[in-house]
Amino acid sequence: MLAYLIRRLAGTIPVLVAVSIFVFGFVHALPGDPARLEAGPEASPADIEAIRKDMGLDGPIWQQYLRWADNTLHGKLGRSTKTRQQVAAVIGERFLPTLWLTLVAMAWSTVAGIGIGVFSGIRRGRWQDRAGMVLAISGVSFPGFWLGLLMIDLFSVRLGWLPTSGYGTWQHFVMPAFCLGIGVAAVMARFTRSAFVEVSQEDYVRTARMKGVSDSAVAWKHTLRNALIPVITLTGLQFGFLLGGAIVIETVFSWPGLGRLLVDSVSFRDYPVIQAEIMLFSLEFVLINLLVDLLYAAANPEIRLK
Amino acid sequence: MTSTSNLPPGPAPLIDIEGLRVSFPAEGGPVEVIHNLDLTLRAGETLALVGESGSGKSVTSLAITRLIDYAGGSLTGGTIAFTDKTGHTRDLTRLSQEAMRGIRGPEIAMIFQEPMTSLNPVLRVGAQIAEAIMLHQGMDEAAATAEAARLLGRVRIADPARQLRRYPFELSGGMRQRVMIALALSCRPRLLIADEPTTALDVTVQAQVLRLLRTLQQETGMGMIFITHDMGVVAEIADRVAVMRLGRKVEEGDVESIFANPRHPYTQALLAAVPRLGALAGEPLPRAFDIAGVVSQPQNTVRHDVGPVLAVESLVTRFPVRRNFRLRARIHAVEQVSLSVQPGETLALVGESGCGKSTTGRSIIRLEQPEGGRIHLDGADITHLTGTTEARLHRDVQFVFQDPFASLNPRLTVGFSIAEPMLTHNIARGAEAERRVQALLREVGLTPEHAQRYPHEMSGGQRQRVCIARALASSPKVIIADEAVAALDVSIRAQVVNLLMELQSRLGLAMLFISHDMAVVERVSHRVAVMYLGQIVEIGPRQAVFNFPAHAYTKKLLAAVPIPDPTQRHRVMELDESEVPSPLRALSDPPIVAPLIKVGPHHFVARHSVGGSY
Repeated sequence: MLAYLIRRLAGTIPVLVAVSIFVFGFVHALPGDPARLEAGPEASPADIEAIRKDMGLDGPIWQQYLRWADNTLHGKLGRSTKTRQQVAAVIGERFLPTLWLTLVAMAWSTVAGIGIGVFSGIRRGRWQDRAGMVLAISGVSFPGFWLGLLMIDLFSVRLGWLPTSGYGTWQHFVMPAFCLGIGVAAVMARFTRSAFVEVSQEDYVRTARMKGVSDSAVAWKHTLRNALIPVITLTGLQFGFLLGGAIVIETVFSWPGLGRLLVDSVSFRDYPVIQAEIMLFSLEFVLINLLVDLLYAAANPEIRLK
Repeated sequence: MTSTSNLPPGPAPLIDIEGLRVSFPAEGGPVEVIHNLDLTLRAGETLALVGESGSGKSVTSLAITRLIDYAGGSLTGGTIAFTDKTGHTRDLTRLSQEAMRGIRGPEIAMIFQEPMTSLNPVLRVGAQIAEAIMLHQGMDEAAATAEAARLLGRVRIADPARQLRRYPFELSGGMRQRVMIALALSCRPRLLIADEPTTALDVTVQAQVLRLLRTLQQETGMGMIFITHDMGVVAEIADRVAVMRLGRKVEEGDVESIFANPRHPYTQALLAAVPRLGALAGEPLPRAFDIAGVVSQPQNTVRHDVGPVLAVESLVTRFPVRRNFRLRARIHAVEQVSLSVQPGETLALVGESGCGKSTTGRSIIRLEQPEGGRIHLDGADITHLTGTTEARLHRDVQFVFQDPFASLNPRLTVGFSIAEPMLTHNIARGAEAERRVQALLREVGLTPEHAQRYPHEMSGGQRQRVCIARALASSPKVIIADEAVAALDVSIRAQVVNLLMELQSRLGLAMLFISHDMAVVERVSHRVAVMYLGQIVEIGPRQAVFNFPAHAYTKKLLAAVPIPDPTQRHRVMELDESEVPSPLRALSDPPIVAPLIKVGPHHFVARHSVGGSY
């Protein structure tokens, strides 16, 4: 297992290097000169040159990349073009709200999605199955931001139960986490159901029934454990959707997170912040998928032991 | 519940099935698949339920255990009177699933055909056995685990305590089936239903499992319903036989009289189609099966006046096993294999799963890349493929695979599949190709109209005929048939074997016949090569190898073949628990390979140690 972990960890390095090259290249590919932008419209060519040097944008491009990568690795992310604050500080204060939001959304949607999927799988062909799957289809079909606006109108404006926006108490989490997770929950439900139904037809499920095992033990112990193996892989990929969705949902609910920061930075062309954020999102995605791979190995002895 | 007329007088039956009817839902109303079935069985007795695919024998077992409810079927008539341990007789057709859970396990247990898929892959085998014990015998986990270890010892698994902690994928097929047997016996059932328990196993493993089942039955006195299509296995294990066809019982009787004096024409046909090892002991040449009263003649098709059409010299195919990008070990699938085939000759390549016989065939036509050795086709060296030699190889050497359904493209008509090799090799086009497709279909016993069909519209036997027609389309000189008849029912198998032999005599084809079925091999082959752990351990004329096997492994292989004659039942109860060693070897540990020693005319045998066992 330790060897597996080390192998997997090593496997993330090329991914992160590739992403960093992409992120670095993207700023260079954009029209406009970051140094000129940084210096402002009234700067003299000498000023611009000095700023260019200060930003590390002189010399051949591979040197620039290495310098940038080295700085990034040491947490020197530069200053925000817009606020002149340290990028690390800007991101630092926004990081936790987004992390919590995505984790809460991930947690409820995984539990609900797998639950509904198993329930539909057990009752397949009956009305409970159809109801579960109608719910799932609706979940994928409703855009999260639209659902968010409807919920704000109902629960905040009309009923006054929940705050419209902001961050702080658990009430603040309810609507954003729900809207963010709904699509993931729906996909998980459909996927879990089909995996569950497929596994129920396996010979070893018949063996379990032949032992006289109760229906619920057949479902939870023998069927679900095997059906979860493909579901686990899906969970990691779904996390990417969540990170993307967070950008929209945070804007709808004025959530002080990275998603909204990214939207703001893009409109101000705040390149250092954009670069750092994309790197952070990739790192998060890679780490979550690493975790998923480990879970996968834990669930599947064939991977763990070979 | 009185229809015990089939039984000789004695104690009351353990299970008495009367007028059983089973239906499955279908478009346009339910379809009945078991019609009015009567069966009885007493404790300590073994009833073989025999029939070909679609006869309803497996459905019957699902009906008795009421697992049919989970498979979508339903019992629409009849009674299943079952007497449990307490002497209580109950009608299983009327019990709830809740009540059946108390029957399945402690009263009726079952072993399935596929040991590879019948155990839960994510649970340790010990936990899977202990689960049933905890459920039905009220033991705690520690006691149940100890009991599971005892049971594994009883099914002759060495070092049971360690094996309990393993996962199914870590065990061989034979070991898994023994785990299944331990699981089935864990609650001391009164009735054991074994559904094709040895079909997926190699013959030597099959012999082990059959002997084990018989010993255990004698020890426990349980009744056994043994479902099989293999008459050799029936003769080996059954007391009574019920023959099923299309959901009906066509004949029932004790095993001796069924074999000696079958009454129903279907039973007669079934028995006639069964290949019997030793049938050609006095005949050096191959001879087709006698079908429908036509007595076949020995056929002499080998041409000795020319050189071999296919010659393989010291062929080596190894599969690297890498870990962390480094070569760690190798699977020695084929080690220094040399063989040759004359035009019109059939060389059989026999051995058990994993012995390298299929890899040898696949290496010859380069479905696998051999690591060493030379291959000659019609005298020309085709070891290093160039554009022209590659085209020649694929035109002159054709392959027929085991699974005819999987090897035909489901979206193409069979006519197109047959025409494709002609188009590829520029042999014929357009109307000419169409004419040839029709001729080929006639040649393999189908009609030109079949060209328009899709694979799913044909039966298994017809599909294999299509595959043979496709193999013939490029007018090859050599056919490599890899287990080409293994997936077919016995009666169809005999027909397809006869077809291959007829084509050989008509077209002068050379054949490399890869098979694990020794009785079929005896019918078709002129010469036999026995493979073990990637090496040929014995090669020679069929009669010499079968009548005077010189290698210990050949002897073991032949002795393990069940004989379809209950009077010749293997009386010896010696149990052999040895496992075939792995062809996976460390880089520093190459296998010992030495030239074969001549023991008779054209008869050679390995005298060096192969894999340590021989």
